[in-house]
Amino acid sequence: MITPTPGGRGAQGQGPQDAERTQSAPDRPILRIDHVTKRFGGLVAVDDVTFDVKRGEIFALIGPNGAGKTTLFNGITGIFPPTNGHVVFQDLEITGAKPHQVATLGIARTFQNIRLFEYMSALDNVRLGQHCRMHAKLWDSLFKTPAERAEERRVTDRAIELLNFVGIASYTHTYARNLPYGSQRRLEIARALATNPALLLLDEPAAGFTPQEKVELMGLVRKIVENGVTVFLIEHDMKVVMGVSRRIVVLDHGEKIAEGTPEQVRNDQRVIEAYLGKQH
Amino acid sequence: MSLLRQFWEGGPRRDPNTIAYVVLLVGAIFFPLLAQVATGGNSSFIVTVAADAGVYVLLAIGLNVVVGFAGLLDLGYAAFFAIGAYTYAFLASDHGRVTPLGEPIHMPFWIVLLIAMFVAASFGVLLGAPTLRLRGDYLAIVTLGFGEIVPRIFKNAATWTSGVNGISALDIPALPVWLQGPWSGDPLQVVTDFKILSSLAYYVIMVILLIISVILVRNLHRSRLGRAWMAVREDEVAAAAMGVNTTAIKLLAFSIGAAFSGFAGTFYAAKLSLVSPENFGFSVSITILVMVVLGGMGNIPGVILGSLAIYGVIFILLPQLPEYATGFVNQIGLSGLTQSSGDYPGIAEFISRLKFLVFGLILVVVMLWRPQGLLPSRQREQELKKGIAHEETVIEDVTAEVG
Repeated sequence: MITPTPGGRGAQGQGPQDAERTQSAPDRPILRIDHVTKRFGGLVAVDDVTFDVKRGEIFALIGPNGAGKTTLFNGITGIFPPTNGHVVFQDLEITGAKPHQVATLGIARTFQNIRLFEYMSALDNVRLGQHCRMHAKLWDSLFKTPAERAEERRVTDRAIELLNFVGIASYTHTYARNLPYGSQRRLEIARALATNPALLLLDEPAAGFTPQEKVELMGLVRKIVENGVTVFLIEHDMKVVMGVSRRIVVLDHGEKIAEGTPEQVRNDQRVIEAYLGKQH
Repeated sequence: MSLLRQFWEGGPRRDPNTIAYVVLLVGAIFFPLLAQVATGGNSSFIVTVAADAGVYVLLAIGLNVVVGFAGLLDLGYAAFFAIGAYTYAFLASDHGRVTPLGEPIHMPFWIVLLIAMFVAASFGVLLGAPTLRLRGDYLAIVTLGFGEIVPRIFKNAATWTSGVNGISALDIPALPVWLQGPWSGDPLQVVTDFKILSSLAYYVIMVILLIISVILVRNLHRSRLGRAWMAVREDEVAAAAMGVNTTAIKLLAFSIGAAFSGFAGTFYAAKLSLVSPENFGFSVSITILVMVVLGGMGNIPGVILGSLAIYGVIFILLPQLPEYATGFVNQIGLSGLTQSSGDYPGIAEFISRLKFLVFGLILVVVMLWRPQGLLPSRQREQELKKGIAHEETVIEDVTAEVG
């Protein structure tokens, strides 16, 4: 079992507005992807990829379809552990850790194809996100002890706070599946934030958004980072990527082909080739 | 109390569950009185039947945690029922004398109740730990196998369990204190070490145990564990990514269900004063599952209603069906039908052979009429409705494209 690092989170009730952790060791990478390879049989989906995500930044992972971006996310969060290489989160090796352990350590994620608990209310979705930060044991739940009741109240308050934070408080008691598409994406972010993460992985958060919604999303992402959560996102939309991220890594056919600031990446020959094809 | 308050303050949009709870509670309290009046003071048989039904209600409430809350299909639930019953048989009878142990064990009913819960839950963990990584169908098959194996072990380990003969003459449960009064035909007094013999005493204890069980399970459902079960049922990957230890949470549901079954098994054995491997077959597991599904998976009052309805059909309506049929043909003047001739066995036997066809038909009709169950949880209802609505939108889209 993996134990949280000293100075890690754990206490509940702190959240994105807890800015204290950004100040500690600003130069230490929060996430280190170290020669990570993922093979599915003969197919190499991610091929020896190495990069760091720095604390407090907005970091983007881009690449054409099938480049291995989501596979890498799944590798980080323990859904499909990498075949080779190491994933190090806050100086702690998490390669091969189970998804719930990774989440408890402080990495939260959203999914490319929204995976909300459709027949639970928006409120319950966000309350569930706090599951791993709650302390009620079987006994407390069976007998509804005062401590359990108090915890439930705290968790509910926090959930409403988060729904407000992402701007969908009006849907608090609506089933997740009945929310409009854009609000579902926001709800997924709120649910992820409820786990009280230090690092938030967003898998194509702007997919299917209107230009207006994209602008709002960029605002939300900036707000999350201001609150002390590092954001690592996969995105296809170049406007969004170039607009919010400080550094970008580009994957193509599972390999890292470029890394740098938006300007550097935009002018990189290999990136242009990967997206537009080679010039003859 | 809070339930009652909710009911009175509920306003126009009362939760159907609150009403159901109140009706069930009032019904349970007044049932013995009604039975007394209806049968002209000879109610002990009906009250016994009601107490037996309570065992099934208890089983259904427990299985509902596994199937309804956590979405795990358990087809071997009767195995834990058997384990609970045999635990009582071993620990509270003279049977120990004829086993290699050579000594009878007589432990008090209430202690064994707790032990049986613990033993059944342990077997739940033992079975669940390696298998709960499996999903849906695989788990169903494994539990099916377990449900077949357990009664067979009790049947074949004859040195310990007396095999097919089962274990009989189990201890009569006793209460440390009990209030006697005119309702049982005694003067009003407090008695100690009260042997639970009368059917009414069994009934009262059953109702009290059921009320406690419902309160505890309802609390669980409305806690972080209940939420986690719901999440696991809906999307295991997403639940895990949100920090829910899915294996542990499923194992918990499984062992809580098993504990309930063990608990019910103890009560059942004590009341019947007999356990036999024949009482815990596959049909018992399926009957309980039918009770849960037909009542409304995931909704406690629905499950209680379902178990009472199915119990009524299987153990009251069906056995009396031949009698009704005989009475009916006599009444319409076709009493010749009651005689057997050639291949025809007479109406009573004929109907008796059709018993399970009738049962099957009842199930089919009810499930067609209310696929969501008699009293479904709001979520289940939505899921079914949305399933249909979704299909409709898809159809509309297709026509739109063609047009």
